Amino acid sequence: MKIALFATCIVDAMYPEVAIATTRILERLGHTVSFPERQACCGQMHINSGKFHDAYPVVRNHVLAFENAAWDYAVAPSGSCVASLGHQHPMIARYNDDESLAGRAADIADRTYELCHFLTDICGISDAAEALGSYFPHTVAYHPSCHGMRILRLGDRQRDLLASVEGLELAEIQNESECCGFGGTFAVKNPAISGAMLGDKTEAIVSTNAEVCSGGDVSCLMHIGGGLSRTRRLIPAESNAPATVHLARILASTKEEPLMVPAEGATVTGGALR
Amino acid sequence: MTTRDIDVTLPRETHNDRTMLGMPTVPGRGNLREVAPFQEASAHESQNVQLRTNLRNATHSIQDKRDQRVAEMPDWEQLRDAGEAIKSDVIARLPELLEQFEAAFTARGGHVHWARDADEANDIIAGLVEDNARVNEQGRRDVIKVKSMATQETGLNEALADRGIDALETDLAELIVQLGNDLPSHILVPAIHRNREEIRRIFLRGMDDVDPDLDSQPAHLAEASRKHLRRRFLSADVAVSGANFGIADTGTLSVVESEGNGRMCVTLPKTLITLMGIEKLLPSFGDLEVFMQLLPRSSTGERMNPYSSFWTGVADSDGPENVHVVLLDNGRTRALADEHGREALHCIRCSACMNVCPVYQRSGGHAYGSVYPGPIGAILTPLLTGVDEAENGTLPYASSLCGACFDACPVKIDIPTMLTRLRAQDDEVNHGEKIPRTQLDAALKGAKWMMSDGRRMNLIGKALPIAHITTPSEGMTDLPGIGGKWTGTRDIPQPPKSSFRSWWKDNRDE
Ligand code: SF4
Repeated sequence: MKIALFATCIVDAMYPEVAIATTRILERLGHTVSFPERQACCGQMHINSGKFHDAYPVVRNHVLAFENAAWDYAVAPSGSCVASLGHQHPMIARYNDDESLAGRAADIADRTYELCHFLTDICGISDAAEALGSYFPHTVAYHPSCHGMRILRLGDRQRDLLASVEGLELAEIQNESECCGFGGTFAVKNPAISGAMLGDKTEAIVSTNAEVCSGGDVSCLMHIGGGLSRTRRLIPAESNAPATVHLARILASTKEEPLMVPAEGATVTGGALR
Repeated sequence: MTTRDIDVTLPRETHNDRTMLGMPTVPGRGNLREVAPFQEASAHESQNVQLRTNLRNATHSIQDKRDQRVAEMPDWEQLRDAGEAIKSDVIARLPELLEQFEAAFTARGGHVHWARDADEANDIIAGLVEDNARVNEQGRRDVIKVKSMATQETGLNEALADRGIDALETDLAELIVQLGNDLPSHILVPAIHRNREEIRRIFLRGMDDVDPDLDSQPAHLAEASRKHLRRRFLSADVAVSGANFGIADTGTLSVVESEGNGRMCVTLPKTLITLMGIEKLLPSFGDLEVFMQLLPRSSTGERMNPYSSFWTGVADSDGPENVHVVLLDNGRTRALADEHGREALHCIRCSACMNVCPVYQRSGGHAYGSVYPGPIGAILTPLLTGVDEAENGTLPYASSLCGACFDACPVKIDIPTMLTRLRAQDDEVNHGEKIPRTQLDAALKGAKWMMSDGRRMNLIGKALPIAHITTPSEGMTDLPGIGGKWTGTRDIPQPPKSSFRSWWKDNRDE
């Protein structure tokens, strides 16, 4: 099939390896992947901040970027950006009196899938080791992000795919369905409460003793990873607090080209694993 | 106010102070105000370790019970749909149903009063108490009260006190709050922020008839309050209640509760006065079937609450002889005129949304200022008062939009979307200027330019190699300005050497 990759702004600029992994997975399955270059961002940050007018050109750009390309499905390594497309784009178009854009946005949203959703429901994959050769011999604590869970209703799709990776052992995070406290500009507008939520989350993650914390949204992972990195720097006893890795990179990891978990104390970078 | 003042024709501009036909809508008054911006109030409250522990334990245990009781209902989703549909119908036909209710209630010997706002409601009730309650030895009057959010909203107790009337709360948690000179912090469990030991101390200080050796066992605390209240139940002339439901076709009012103290109040005194928000109606008695399943499970995690009281007018030698209802607007027609916001009026005050809310769990109810805390408070309060009221401008931002409240809500109020819409209203009303007022606004303006065009996103890619070299490999840990709000508790990773776009150009583009 022809797949248009929606890389999302933060993956494009901060976590390129996640989009590279997504591309490799899709190509491994025999799909033709394209990258509509006009794409930029889903606009969620503006929309969730109430900037409905500022969000309009961002939404319009997304629609123009994707409607001019030929593709069967669009796939993004981000539950929250896909949720924004379906849940918010038509609303923003209507708010700005553009009924035509609302319809076109809804059409694009209907054919845009979160990566694991696409792999399970469209490609019929239930075993990542078998279908993708996924191999990652580490303990992984899985964080289900809010928008994937509650807007896209992904259910256990991401967790089940991770569990089917060869060598991977899943660890359950206590109160795993509780929000990590990111919430886009929420983290900046309400830093105290966001920080308290993050503190509880990182504590629960550290107590799993997992080597890696994974999930389907880099924004949550950047927030959680930033908290874990702070923990590592400030609390010597937690110096091996887990690295955060987007699940696309774990699914793309194989015996031939394994994704390496860096040695203890390795640094936080967008480009590297942690 | 008469029902004819309620006009539900809907203006497109949601923050209008007039409905389409020019009828003025009244902003809500009373205890519906932020004390301080949520960000500051919550930062302060969240540092109280005792509060956070009490809240966490209490909300988690109610949540677990709620989850169990919901899980055993195979038709839970259909029930929620039914609840939502009935409430939408009520809101769409509110004027008609209110008139029907008024006629039915009056036909059965009750008296109906209309109150435009909190002050009017308090005045009406104080007048009724003066007409019906004896003056005691201290030269004052007494009323006993059933737990009621509406009277909390109007600040009834304080208004009555000013007119020489002492209102005694009979709900255990409400009594704890009253004796502690405190404010409720949860709509179902107003004293949720208190633990047993704190309650023991409040009783010892506040009750004149308490055993000085009282310990903090829940049974003993409950017994102390029972003794304290008994005498008052038997001597009171007047009771004031709220209502969980008003049934339009029969003129019935109802209160559902756990302790039976409400039952005492609505049956013993000669005069019973009920304050009910106009949105609390259900079209017919049969509709209770849906709500009596949704409400107890969502609020206390019980299959059925222990006491459900219903009264329809007056009956000879059975219960109160003098029955009044005060129908309260206080901003409700204002919310009703908001095409998107009116859904907040579906709320049946079960409190499930606050029990699951990670923000409420850490900030507590007092941080919201208003008597309606948590997710529903963050939308209902500004809808009742107007988001253009500067005091309530931070409430719509008091959420990470995680959506847990929407999933928990028995009548499916889409709280996250309404929060976002209220933010947009706030942005239009208060931050409409061309020049950004805050660093965050400025950053978002810049991001809009960048993010509405893929070619501009390319510029980020061009800047990355420099950013990569100039930032430390351990990431950024202490940024100035708004960045500092982020780096207060978390590090920012070092940017990569190049963007995905550049990788694509180098590896896939022919
Ligand atoms: S908004 Fe929904 S969940 Fe919250 S109190 Fe109201 S009915 Fe209950």
